[in-house]
Amino acid sequence: MSRKIAVFRKEHFNAAHRLFNPVWEMEENDRVFGKCNNPNFHGHNYELIVKVTGEPDPQTGYVIDMKVLGDLIKENVLKQFDHKNLNLDTKYFRNINPTAENICFVIYDILREKIDPEFELQVRLYETERNFVEYPA
Amino acid sequence: MVYLTRVEHFNAAHKLYNPAWSKEKNDQVFGMCANENWHGHNYELYVTVKGIANTDTGFLYDAKKLSNIIQERITDKLDHKNLNMDVDFMTGQMCSTENLAVAIWQQLVPWLPREIQLHCIKLYETPRIFVEYFGD
Repeated sequence: MSRKIAVFRKEHFNAAHRLFNPVWEMEENDRVFGKCNNPNFHGHNYELIVKVTGEPDPQTGYVIDMKVLGDLIKENVLKQFDHKNLNLDTKYFRNINPTAENICFVIYDILREKIDPEFELQVRLYETERNFVEYPA
Repeated sequence: MVYLTRVEHFNAAHKLYNPAWSKEKNDQVFGMCANENWHGHNYELYVTVKGIANTDTGFLYDAKKLSNIIQERITDKLDHKNLNMDVDFMTGQMCSTENLAVAIWQQLVPWLPREIQLHCIKLYETPRIFVEYFGD
């Protein structure tokens, strides 16, 4: 029987963002993105849950050391996103909107490179307590 | 005396930056919060009023009406806004959670009906950081 188990690490960051499509007129952006199109930005407390699934190493009993996972997220994700403007201060959202969906894809791609390919990775991102996304779906 | 609390929420951008100081001093005092391009929060606002429950309704005040007042006078002006740039009652002030709580109290008091008194503004900036203001 498989002894695969999932481990989860929660982290958080605060950031400003704006949702708009630069190709569209202001009116069209207001119609589609509503208040999220405020040109002066708004912001959120993002909660991030990273799930790593695999079989524990028989020597340690760990899938992945949670402290190591926490440090990996802090170093590679939070350092770039915490207390930042996602549109202006990060390199990821020059050409795509910093929606929760796109932020989740970006975080997945950053972490996927850093975590052993033999483990499955899933990222859940809360933009508010009531709005959250998860990838892979 | 009975106390009634209504919880509302809003999302906003802000920065902590004193324009009278150098960039270095701002960075030293406010750290990451001084980021010139802003950052943001999901704020949770707890408004507590007090008074005597009405004998006919059993209510201190209709919680839905209290919510409407808070939304119209406070959260509609703050939600999805930049606190430093978009909010008339924060102009010229540091947009700390402390100052925002006091400003919310001042904005709200004139619109509350006579039968209730404002008791406390509790404002969460993050799930781990909040301030309380009792009007004194």
